[in-house]
Order: sequence, then C-alpha cells, then structure tokens
Amino acid sequence: MSLKIVVLAKQVPDTRNVGPDAMTPEGTVNRAALPAVFNPEDLNALEQALRLKEQFPGSTISVLTMGLPKSAEVIREALYRGADQGYVVTDRPLGGADTLATSYTLSQAIKKIGEYDIILGGRQAIDGDTAQVGPQIAEKLGLTQVTYAEEILSLDPAAKKIVIKRHIDGGVETVEAPLPLVVTVNGSAAPCRPRNAKRVMKYKNATAAAERTPEQAEALAPVIEKKPYLNITQWGAADIDADPAQIGKAGSPTNVKTVQNIVFKAKESRTMTGSDEEIDNLIQELLNEKIIG
Amino acid sequence: MNNVFVYCEIEGQTVADVSLELLTKGRKLANTLGVQLECICAGSKLDGVEKQVLPFGVDKVHVFDAEGLFPYTSNPHTALVVNLFKQEKPQICLMGATVIGRDLGPRVSSALFSGLTADCTELEIGDFDMNVKNAAGEMEKKHYVNQLYQIRPAFGGNIVATIVNPEHRPQMATVREGVMKKEVLDPNYKGEVIRHDVAKFVPETEYVVKVLDRHIEKAKHNLKGAAIVVAGGYGMGSKEGFDMLFSLAKELHAEVGASRAAVDAGFVDHDRQIGQTGVTVRPKVYIACGISGQIQHIAGMQDAGIIISINSDPNAPINTIADYVINGTVEEVVPKLIKYYKKNSK
Repeated sequence: MSLKIVVLAKQVPDTRNVGPDAMTPEGTVNRAALPAVFNPEDLNALEQALRLKEQFPGSTISVLTMGLPKSAEVIREALYRGADQGYVVTDRPLGGADTLATSYTLSQAIKKIGEYDIILGGRQAIDGDTAQVGPQIAEKLGLTQVTYAEEILSLDPAAKKIVIKRHIDGGVETVEAPLPLVVTVNGSAAPCRPRNAKRVMKYKNATAAAERTPEQAEALAPVIEKKPYLNITQWGAADIDADPAQIGKAGSPTNVKTVQNIVFKAKESRTMTGSDEEIDNLIQELLNEKIIG
Repeated sequence: MNNVFVYCEIEGQTVADVSLELLTKGRKLANTLGVQLECICAGSKLDGVEKQVLPFGVDKVHVFDAEGLFPYTSNPHTALVVNLFKQEKPQICLMGATVIGRDLGPRVSSALFSGLTADCTELEIGDFDMNVKNAAGEMEKKHYVNQLYQIRPAFGGNIVATIVNPEHRPQMATVREGVMKKEVLDPNYKGEVIRHDVAKFVPETEYVVKVLDRHIEKAKHNLKGAAIVVAGGYGMGSKEGFDMLFSLAKELHAEVGASRAAVDAGFVDHDRQIGQTGVTVRPKVYIACGISGQIQHIAGMQDAGIIISINSDPNAPINTIADYVINGTVEEVVPKLIKYYKKNSK
C-alpha cells in the first residue's frame, strides 16, 4: 500500500553560522551576509518522509513551500534528496504574513494538492522559533497532530494508524494516532540523507516560473514539454482559492508595534588582561567576599 | 467576561512551575486592567487542585477532571479551551512555552483566529495609536487602550520587538519557565472553583490520540537553580573546548550552560542552552566564556548577580553588562581560573 506524503519546508536565513559580518554597525541584521538555507528541522521531516517511502514503495512525496520566488531552491534540494514533486506558493499579497496567515495559506495549498495521508514538517523554523505553523495547519484542516516527533515507529495504512515516539518536557512518550494527521519533527530525529548524484543531474534545471527571465521561459518551454518534472509548480493566492482577508498582512492578527534597538546600560566594570597575577587576585577577591565558595 | 486567563499545565496532580509563574504575572496584568484572573486546570483526579493555584490570586478556577485528559493530548485540551473561551471571551490568555503550551497554543489561536506570540520575555499593558484600514479600505489612525504588549527579542542583533493584536481576542502569549517570578499573593486567597462537565466541552470523538508509553527522566543537571553558572559560547571552538568548562564547573560546584550558537554547533546538549529559547538563569555568579552576547542570550542571564566575561574580543556586547571583563582567550584564561581557584580555596 502506498502513501501520499506532504512535506512542509521553509527557506530561512542561516542563523546558526553567524559570522563577524552578520551585523551591520547599526546593530541590524546584514541579511546579505546570512545565506538562505533549508530550515534544518524540515530536513529531519523530509528524512522521515523518505523512510516511509522506502517502507511503502509507490508512495509519493510532495514538498510544499511558501516564500519569495527563490525559495524554490528548497524544492530543488528536496528533489535532489528524493522527493517526487514540489509546489511553491509565492505571490505579493501573501507577504507580511504572521504564523496564522501562513498556516491558512499553506492549508489552502494542501487542499489543492488534494490527497494526503500524512503531512510532515519541522517542529519550528530557525528564523522565528515559534513552532506554530504545524499545529495551526492541523487545526485548519481538521486533523490531529503529533508535535516534537523523534521517530515514526510504525505505520499501518490499512488500519490508518501511526505510532510515533515524541519528545516531551523531561522525557519521551509513544503515541498512537489516526491517519491522516500533521506531524512536526524535532531536530533530535534522524538527520536527512545527502543528495543523490543522479537526482541532482535530473533535477538541477528544475525551476519555478517566477525564477525564469522571459528569455529563459521561452527557451525552456519545449524542454519542459518533454520533461515536465523540470517545472516546479507555482501557485499564487488565486490558484489556491485564498480568502484575501485571511492572507498576508490582512490575515495576520499580530502586529509588530515597535522594534527597539536595545542599548545595554553599561555597568561599572573592571577590565583586566589574562595575566597570572590578575587572575590570582580576582579569585582571591571573589573568595574573600564569599562570592564563590 | 474579558478577564485574564492562564492555562495551567498539570503533570499528574501537580501544577507546573511555569503556570504558577504565569499566574503571578496574570494577577498583575488583571490588576492593571481592573479585571479578574481565571485559570484552567485540566487533567485526571484533580481533587483539591485549586489549593495549588488560589494562593497566587486566582478569582476563578475552571476544573476539567476526566479520564483521558491526562496525559495531555492535543485535541481534547484544544476543545475544552476553545469552547470555554467562546463562552467566557477572555481578553488575554497566557500559556507556558513548553512542549504542551507550544502544541496547544497555536491550535487554540487558529480555532479562534487570535494572535499568538511565542517566547515572550516581558508582558505589559499599554495604549497606542496604529494606522489601520477602515471599512472603505483607507488607512486611518486608531487609538487603542489597555492592550497587551507582547515583548520578545527579535531575530538579529540587539533588537526587541513589541507585538500587539489590537483587533482580535484573546491576546495570546507563551512564556518560558523561569522568565517570570512566582510569588504567593495570599495563602488564603478566596476564589470560585467551577468543576465543569467535561463531556459538554469535549466530544467523545476528540479522544483520537492514545498515549501508549510515557517516560519522564530526572533532570541531568540543575542549571536553572545553580548558584554559579559557567557558560560557553561559539568561541569555545569545539566539544573538547567545553571539557575545560566542565572542569572549571566541577571545581566551583557550578553548572555548565551554553549560548545557542554553541548548542547549534553541537558543542553541548540542547538542554544546557541559556537564553530566550532556552533556560533562564539567575545565579550569583555567571562566567561567560567566549560568548559574544546576543540579546537572545542576555535575556536569559541578565539578572545574574555578578557577571564575568572572558573574551578575546574587547568589544563583545556582553562586556557592557559584565562586572569583570577579562580580555584574553578562553584557552589561556580558563585553566588559570582553575589553577588559582585550587591554590586559593585550600
């Protein structure tokens, strides 16, 4: 028996490898210095999907992302690693979305994809750390959810049941849940397998329409006719039948009122070098004043 | 109506610390707004649970006691919170930024179309003007009073964002354990206790997930309550680099913490992360080793008594809040701290 699997992926600025030039002198983010990457926990989710596909041959993995046109990069990356197809939701009115508007948009796209047995995504994205989009999509689709998943222990397509080990505060728990459902995968789950060289060859020219210049589009049209897998499906707000009141800024209950640059109130501090004498004196002082025992 | 609500997390029969901390904060917000503080206690065998929460100044305790509500699963708890909120129309709802709160909060916010801000480090009440679209689609300035300011560090640099949800209720926020302080208001505080008929709030069909097995381990360390914390950043360079911090911590009877950068680089386990998305600590002494000091990190340690920063970069932001700044490499300075502590403590 085969499964229809949807994997949610986000392209994020790489906040993990923050180099010295990551900040501007004004203390704001130098976005140009932060490479855009596949959100790490979404890769953990992709790995779980690939394992299910191995276990249930004939299963299909559809990767779904929302973002700027260049976010199609994560679709290509997923194709290189074993996904079957990808969808990019990109449109100007979708901009400025908070987690609720994002989850509405993605849930509309999932409805358009149609059939699904399991929707997998990372627990959270590293650029916001909210962990909200997964559960909100589940609620919008009327599905249950298992968050913080570490491993899918078993799946019975006939009985429509899945058993998952998940992280909880201070421990682990094993739960049995019905299909279809939303599963968000924790970073402690198995890492994603690397790219497959053959698949890189096959999909390296796969693009979404928004990534192509008019000239490229014209040149590619006959190629795509023969090799339709080189076209990454792209949807705008109208394609997914989105209610304008529930997308972008309009569909976002949260507003950023102010963003404040914090200047730390400088304390009166004592500066020293790491010389033996200074460290010796410091330790003696801390001991004498019973600050350390 | 329009009261402040706290969802209390319950392990077995015990209300979680983070929930009690939020009751203290919720009480203050309710006082500012001139409304009542209410809370939700949902689980199994909860006789007398109100005794744990009333002393924090709760005016109304909503108890949902039924088999199947413990251990927590998403759907039944979402159903009872959503249905209760449709009845009670709270203006504010606070939850712990725990595995449970982060599972439940977004589901509730989606069902009620209300805004939710994760991992707040401060919550305040305020008034402001904001430009909003009117019915005709034109922008106009609107004045809002008594709004919840959900304050959290934002990605990148020393930036703090204030989030508001002026047009939607409840205003929801999650807060990590240890960020707010719990304080008993009055051990004999009198509040109303309502034991709800769970079946009226949670249809049988919501009990879809079965917990087959559950295993809670004792914490491996007591970072949260440690008197001395030795914390390492990306500047420690490697897992091996952290060994030296564990040696220093052993000498000082301290616990080892880390910045997010060090955790993400795999130098040390995630449960030792200090900061907005980790643990908040208030030790007597905080020794920051190779930590530059992003606002997210500082949010989790700024209340430390004495801060010692060891950094080869004299301009590291953390130095500005440090009491002692040692300009030097950790490789050079940390072994000296160990050496002279051994020498002088005898």
